[in-house]
Amino acid sequence: MSRPKIARKSTSVDMTAMCDVAFLLLSFFILTTKFKPAENITVETPSSVSSKVAPEKDVTLISVTKDGKVYISLDNEEVKEEVANQLNANNGAGLSPEDIKAFKKANFYGTPISQLKSALQIPTDKLKADALPGIPAQDTAHNELIPWIRAIVAAHSSTNTKLNLLFKGDNLAKYPAFKNVITAFKKNDQFKFSMVTASEGVPEGTDLWKKVMSGQSTETSE
Amino acid sequence: MAEMDTSGGGGHKKGPGVKKAKKASTRVDLTPMVDLGFLLITFFIFTTTMSQATAMKLFLPKDTDKPEEQNKAKESGALTLLLGKNHSVYYYEGTLDPSASNLKNSTMKQIRNEILTKKRSTNKDDLVIVIKPGNESTYKDVVDILDEMTINDITRYALVDISDVEAQLVSLSDTNGAAGK
Repeated sequence: MSRPKIARKSTSVDMTAMCDVAFLLLSFFILTTKFKPAENITVETPSSVSSKVAPEKDVTLISVTKDGKVYISLDNEEVKEEVANQLNANNGAGLSPEDIKAFKKANFYGTPISQLKSALQIPTDKLKADALPGIPAQDTAHNELIPWIRAIVAAHSSTNTKLNLLFKGDNLAKYPAFKNVITAFKKNDQFKFSMVTASEGVPEGTDLWKKVMSGQSTETSE
Repeated sequence: MAEMDTSGGGGHKKGPGVKKAKKASTRVDLTPMVDLGFLLITFFIFTTTMSQATAMKLFLPKDTDKPEEQNKAKESGALTLLLGKNHSVYYYEGTLDPSASNLKNSTMKQIRNEILTKKRSTNKDDLVIVIKPGNESTYKDVVDILDEMTINDITRYALVDISDVEAQLVSLSDTNGAAGK
């Protein structure tokens, strides 16, 4: 008896297409990865269940390190120039046009207003946050954050940009340091701000978790 | 491996003695390359941390000196949390006794139960949680406790400065607690 011949098919598949896909994905991931900018100020943020993404444009970031030093960072150059003018006009910072140029280039500010001029002489890439004394905000009477925030608020309103106040505190920063910043916000009638945190999952079985599971919005902190 | 069967079908028969020209295949086995590609992808995915920072929104109340403008809280619905050193939490319901007998202590991890007990036993509209961070508490404690409010779905809470009496009680309890350990 002769059996009908079964055509034997090759089990090997053409790998070219799969290879293309693999490398396409690889290049996509490499190209879309945004590198985290090097942080000059070392702050380890606590984590929270909040899932809102922090704003990225026109941000005024107030950082508090673990020893309670306060720094301000601004990102919009127009706003920076206005802030420098405001500090000149209202607080006698005494910045020359060259200083204002340096002020616009600087990534963060962490000196008392009186020492701002000398701190701006240091080139930006050599400026270390540790070497600066921080903006004094120890007590309500000598809180230099108040004029800073006032200048920033004025600068934002004159350049028609939205003010996004962000607060970034270190895990180990003491509460009074945080309170002084809040006081400075309140004194300038700024009642809305965001705190930068790392995100973490919602613990299971809690009320928020049940809410999320039932499909409601997670934003409850209104 | 990767080449397809190229020899099959449609070839004209050559007579015996006619030598078949050996055709070298131009195809390369791509399997290891695919392996390498996916290996790299997995490597990049696993080593990348999502650096997208999230933000907690906080709305501050306006400071007012006039008592009639201040928010009133029912005593039965109020729970006050005092934050102390080393993530300790002290709490009392209603108002604080002069003898501080209703001050109880807890930790950051156990406070959720207390908040929930209070929440379940109180009318939703009356519940107010007052958070008073002490001078020794850290920023992390404050964020954790504010987070706890979100987790337990508390709609009314306030961040209030600690009073001198409470600050003393907290520091006293902190030292006692540390000595007891």
